[in-house]
Amino acid sequence: MSTDAFYTELRRIYSEDRLLTKNAQLVPYESDGLTSFRAKPSGVVLPQTQDEVIRTVKLCHKYEVPFTARGSGTSLSGGSVPVENGLVIALNRLNRILSYEPGQRIAVVEPGVINLKVSQRAAPDGLYYAPDPSSGPVCTIGGNVAFNSGGAHCLKYGMTSNHVLGMKVVLPDGELCTFGGSSLESTGPDLTGMFIGSEGLFGIALEITLRMLPKPERYYTLQAAYDSLEKAGNAVALVVASGMLPGAMEIMDRLSMDAANAQLGDCYPKDAKAVLIVELEGTNEEVEAEKPKLHAVIEESGAHLIDAAKNDAERSRIWTGRKSAFSAVGRLSPDFIVQDGVVPRTKLGEALAEIDRLADKFGMRVANVFHAGDGNLHPLVMFDGREEGALHKAEELAGEIIRLCIRLGGSITGEHGVGLEKRAYFGEMYGEADTDFMQRLRAAVDPLAIANRGKKLPSAEAPALTSRGAHPLEQRGIVSRM
Amino acid sequence: MLTPESIEEVQEAVRSQERIRIAGGGTKSALSRDASLSTAKLSGILEYEPSEYTFTALAGTPLAVIRDELAKNGQFLTFDPPFVEAGATIGGTVAAGLSGPGRFRFGGVRDFFLGVKMVTGDGQAIFGGGKVVKNAAGFDIPKLNVGGLGQWGVIVELTFKVFPAPGEFATILVETSGASDARELTTKLAMAPVELFCLDSNSQSVQVRVGGLAEAIDARCRRVQSLVGDRAVSILRGDDDNRHWSDAREFRWVPEGHSLVKLPISPGEMSNVAETLSAPEATVPHRYSVGGNVVWIAWPDSLGQTEFDRVFASRGQNRLALTGDWEQPSQIDPRGAVFADRLQTVFDPGRKFAG
Ligand SMILES: Cc1cc2nc3c(=O)[nH]c(=O)nc-3n(C[C@H](O)[C@H](O)[C@H](O)COP(=O)(O)OP(=O)(O)OC[C@H]3O[C@@H](n4cnc5c(N)ncnc54)[C@H](O)[C@@H]3O)c2cc1C
Repeated sequence: MSTDAFYTELRRIYSEDRLLTKNAQLVPYESDGLTSFRAKPSGVVLPQTQDEVIRTVKLCHKYEVPFTARGSGTSLSGGSVPVENGLVIALNRLNRILSYEPGQRIAVVEPGVINLKVSQRAAPDGLYYAPDPSSGPVCTIGGNVAFNSGGAHCLKYGMTSNHVLGMKVVLPDGELCTFGGSSLESTGPDLTGMFIGSEGLFGIALEITLRMLPKPERYYTLQAAYDSLEKAGNAVALVVASGMLPGAMEIMDRLSMDAANAQLGDCYPKDAKAVLIVELEGTNEEVEAEKPKLHAVIEESGAHLIDAAKNDAERSRIWTGRKSAFSAVGRLSPDFIVQDGVVPRTKLGEALAEIDRLADKFGMRVANVFHAGDGNLHPLVMFDGREEGALHKAEELAGEIIRLCIRLGGSITGEHGVGLEKRAYFGEMYGEADTDFMQRLRAAVDPLAIANRGKKLPSAEAPALTSRGAHPLEQRGIVSRM
Repeated sequence: MLTPESIEEVQEAVRSQERIRIAGGGTKSALSRDASLSTAKLSGILEYEPSEYTFTALAGTPLAVIRDELAKNGQFLTFDPPFVEAGATIGGTVAAGLSGPGRFRFGGVRDFFLGVKMVTGDGQAIFGGGKVVKNAAGFDIPKLNVGGLGQWGVIVELTFKVFPAPGEFATILVETSGASDARELTTKLAMAPVELFCLDSNSQSVQVRVGGLAEAIDARCRRVQSLVGDRAVSILRGDDDNRHWSDAREFRWVPEGHSLVKLPISPGEMSNVAETLSAPEATVPHRYSVGGNVVWIAWPDSLGQTEFDRVFASRGQNRLALTGDWEQPSQIDPRGAVFADRLQTVFDPGRKFAG
């Protein structure tokens, strides 16, 4: 059976404007947020209904054509890079909120719905959708589901997985399944949980039931400056030891402050080596009572400057600085790679010192902005892709950082997924037997390995590292990496 | 009954047996009836690092042991597992997929289970998930085990995320004028930004638990009171508060001669369920929990499973019987079976753990 026959059948489903095969049309789909990887698909389809997705998957199965589901293509790990000559199933047009029931605190959405749209829809009822990746204004719920995406507020409220109650999915051979439902509780194995984070390897999510939460009525956000990264790290430990559970705890190092200063004007103190952002949230009564406790802890931690937001505008100024850090790094360096490793929180200090040492050894700069509360590092390895061998060297340094996270008992990825980028380290984290076991699970679900072939799990074929530069959306200042 | 003491002994047991049913503390008697392997000797906390918010324990560790150890460091099991006093184990709680009323605040057992070491049907020991609070690598094998009733293998070691415990709790009992009044109030409270730990109800009352810093607890209670209108209210503090939720968590309200059944529902289904429960000839004690996301039913043994399934037949409900004599304690939505069956061929090719 030939590709021609496959495309003849596809044309029965899609009109010309929704089946892209011309070179120029395909270019935007060749890579994702990690622009170092590129691959050319043979075509892109733009389904508008779930049924079209199902029929397409069945055709891919029939003709053994590998496919990659795609949301907004903001993956930072190469997860939505197409399979060479495979089909891209772009889901942006499946963007309906199918139902929203405030009284039940749920919304049922199609996969192409933009993350932030869900919270916007629920806002009039005082509800919101908790997972808040900083790509929220552009990324899709389908992409979030595939990567179990997180955000700055994961410590308290968890990742995507903790907010999905049920799903309808199409397996890689076109079989339909429904998992979970519209209740917080369930019986039977948690198949919803198993599907989430599978990076497109188990098939395509068609319908997702999300849990809404009442929006906290009060935030209290402060930013503390320290003369060493270590002190900022210790402050996190002190907050944790105090028994408080902040909604977010984030650290920025000197280099990321420099970057933010260059972009936003001088918003960070010049003499600080690190700033820590801590955000309390909850009921008025609780936050009022926690405030003095937090201040006592932060003073004890040796901060030399404490800047507390007195109103919403000041809170959003603190977060704008934090969230702009990555795009701002683009001003300091033509190219960078962002890593996403996790270390046990008590080993943060050790990890940061070692990253410094590695950066020196490689003679490269590494900025660090991270979710300190859950030990999720985001080291940004800066390089100039025009220099011979620079990309390769940056990759090597990034790899050393991933290994460091494994060695310290952490993870190779906290929220960006394995994608293409971290497959080589998967086996080092899980070991041969466990890796093989997961390969077998994949093979049982998708014997032809047509669903997002070559991602997540270690495998032989890998597209070459080629191009570089910030994500187009970052260049336009629409989103920033976190 | 096999009582392995190490993961190697579990592997050996699995390899040598054709069929394995696992029991933990035996508190969910409907589920561990014909057990052939007990986790009783796989007990103990292996690692606990309070500043990481994580611990790792063997599957047969009693919840009470974990609770006490966490309490020494001001931490707690956020998902508020049931049957702690009765002797439930951490492994059995995961396999049965059980969380208590306090799961309303931060999430259920699925939301805090990070890593698992288990023995699959061919005797292989595998590890899934991670030991840190955040991890997106690999398939989420821990979650798959939640509610799996041992169908994927023998869970040996589990890593969990924990949180700092609130300094103080208090409970507001609100009298309601009937079932629909209780439902209405439940919805209102569930949507309010008041961060409740528990939100349970029956037809006479709504039971609300708040927790947090001791200095704010009075204000928190007043806040809830301001939302309940002119309904009569009483407040439980200290031991009274504790006892109220311990009774709920241990299901002390289930009368002799009744079996406990869990029925997950969505809040909108509460009124339908109420109607269904009024159909049988006998009275059926029950309790709505987690803001109307689950109803716990004390089903009269005199009526039996057939009658239960007949009464609920039209609803096609998922259900899980925890105690009593049921031919089929678990009934789950078949629409996920294709996916589950494929996974099963890898976890348990010989179907040692099935049925
Ligand atoms: C500037 C920037 C900031 C970011 N900040 C964060 C952050 O704070 N936290 C965070 O976790 N991530 C962050 N990310 C990463 C990225 O936004 C997330 O991974 C996001 O979930 C991807 O969504 P998407 O719609 O772009 O998916 P895509 O990139 O299109 O796809 C991602 C993966 O999902 C699969 N997929 C897509 N739709 C489906 C579906 N319906 N069913 C099955 N599989 C599907 C794809 O095949 C692919 O493997 C950031 C990225 C950028 C560029």
